[in-house]
Amino acid sequence: MRERNKARVATVWLDGCSGCHMSIFDMDDRLLELKDRIELVYSPLVDAKDYPKDVDVALVEGCIGNEEQRKFAHTMRASTKTFVSLGDCAVTSNIVAYRNPFKMHDVIHRAFIENSEGEIVLPQEDVPPLLPFAVPIHEIIDVDVYIPGCPPSADLIHYTLVELLEGRHPDIKNRFG
Amino acid sequence: MAKKAESARKNIEIAPITRIEGHAKITVHLNDDGQVEDARLHLTQFRGFEKFCDGRPFYEMPFIVQRICGICPVSHAIASSKACDQILSVRVPNAGMRLRKLANLAQVIQSHALSLFYLSSPDILLGMDADPAKRNLYGVLEANRQLAYDGVYLRKFGQSVIAHLASTGKRVHPGWIVPGGVATPLSAEAREQMQAMIPGALAAAQRSLIWFKQAMENFREEIRAFACFPSLFMGIVGPDGELEYSDGLVRIVDSSGATIADELDPSSYQDFIREIAVPWTYMKFPSYKHLPPPENSLRVGPLARLNIIGKVDMPHAAQEWAEFRTLERGVVLSSFYYHYARLIEVLYSIEKIEAMLKDPEILGRRARAKAEPNCSEGIGVAEAPRGMLIHHYKINDDGLITWANLVIATGFNNYAMNRGVLQVAKHYITGPEIPEGVLNRLEAVVRAFDPCLSCASHAVGQMAMRVQLVGPDGAVLDEVIRG
Ligand code: SF4
Repeated sequence: MRERNKARVATVWLDGCSGCHMSIFDMDDRLLELKDRIELVYSPLVDAKDYPKDVDVALVEGCIGNEEQRKFAHTMRASTKTFVSLGDCAVTSNIVAYRNPFKMHDVIHRAFIENSEGEIVLPQEDVPPLLPFAVPIHEIIDVDVYIPGCPPSADLIHYTLVELLEGRHPDIKNRFG
Repeated sequence: MAKKAESARKNIEIAPITRIEGHAKITVHLNDDGQVEDARLHLTQFRGFEKFCDGRPFYEMPFIVQRICGICPVSHAIASSKACDQILSVRVPNAGMRLRKLANLAQVIQSHALSLFYLSSPDILLGMDADPAKRNLYGVLEANRQLAYDGVYLRKFGQSVIAHLASTGKRVHPGWIVPGGVATPLSAEAREQMQAMIPGALAAAQRSLIWFKQAMENFREEIRAFACFPSLFMGIVGPDGELEYSDGLVRIVDSSGATIADELDPSSYQDFIREIAVPWTYMKFPSYKHLPPPENSLRVGPLARLNIIGKVDMPHAAQEWAEFRTLERGVVLSSFYYHYARLIEVLYSIEKIEAMLKDPEILGRRARAKAEPNCSEGIGVAEAPRGMLIHHYKINDDGLITWANLVIATGFNNYAMNRGVLQVAKHYITGPEIPEGVLNRLEAVVRAFDPCLSCASHAVGQMAMRVQLVGPDGAVLDEVIRG
């Protein structure tokens, strides 16, 4: 159900560090004031478990690092009007791509065999398989707006959101927020 | 909420767990009689920092590891810089030490405010069974405007202190904390700006404590069922056994309140901590080496810190701590009280920041020691908001990382979180039908620990939460997918 006069906004955390979400929260009072203009339909802040239909704006942090995220990107795209890649991980895959030059086997081996004791076991049940390379979101789906920064500043996020709510395309000049 | 039930399978699944910092799922297993037999919390993200730092210059580490977690980058930067201090073999100048401490306290405030107000206060204010559509920060704003604004103000205070301290002016990933100290000393103007916010922050913390203590009355059942069991508690303490987050020695206390290990040098963590991996989660299980399971399981973080310390050196927080310790005989065992402990730590950190800023030495100009690497190995420890955090690096002759191990606060709580989920499942699940409020409680017990799953998955990826009801044959009876 659509609340009248409110934009349906989602904030999503893929393979990132949550820092871009912290920057969303760094809008401080402005985050509370947005309550009159937006309906937060999907976000780490709310209890919706399924990505809803008819999302007006999605602010998406992080890149695509595993199979689940790759599928989820398509799900989001199909239900979202304006898809925003939020932060350097979403835009370039940033720090997450540091793992790309290494073989997956070596990465897992360091964490779970070299740096663990006891029986040798690798996580493989009930956990999503990793993609061999972490990639920026636009390699998987079309993205409408890019906000670079690690993380982008709260001011830049607020500006972008308000422009989109006003029906304008934000002009992102502040390259490193 | 999507609910998927297959009659032949006994398994409930919640995914993703919402209002937590990361991606996880829960599975609950049932026996033949439909009774809960086992429950598990799965971390589904894995990121690989321990490997991909190979080959990076060691002095980049405090900057790289901040990107493990946007909520506690300062603690990672401190633990990392302390490991690098050992590699340089330098003593950090007094002002540099103090400024790092200030930043860590500020981060405790903002991180605890996020956990309590943005993520958990909807459950506490509106109730575990409240309408899921209202169970969020905006629902809190509608029901108790002051509480929402207090939470936002406390978080803003912590974040602003970090931004004022850091030469980059950034709240998230501030950089600035470097091997040998901090990049720049503190200016008198920045100090004044921080001081101006303190009265507001103190008032917000005190109002929130009054609110929380009253609200606790409504959660007697949760207090008994939320990960309430004996375990060890671990953390660092100051030289007089006082609350301390940045520099100290490790103390471990058992569930009777007896100290079983004290003044352990965090650099010898491998002598008392063992890390174990299991096939169904990307989060490892670190435990105390010198006891057999299950007695070796630890809890860390706010509850543990308030249980292990012998004193609190700030007046208002000391009073609150004394009251807190009368909740239970010996140590406080219910993990529901993590929330309460968080608020007391917020109050403490504000008082401590105020006291530290008053001391003129905080403006000392010498904030960083410089040296070439003098050691091939370094270990750094800090109390992150969620508990003890260890960074351990080895370098080659060119100063490039050859090996890294990170032991993360949330990992230490892994066993207790799993057991807590099982306890809640056993207490509240009585048949194959699971009401929404019970699902929320399964998530809420995890929220009480404030797990930082991006930290815990340092090792590649993402945690999502589900509940599965699994029969004795391993079949999934019922599966509730939230996500
Ligand atoms: S861009 Fe930076 S702040 Fe944002 S998720 Fe990536 S590492 Fe974190």
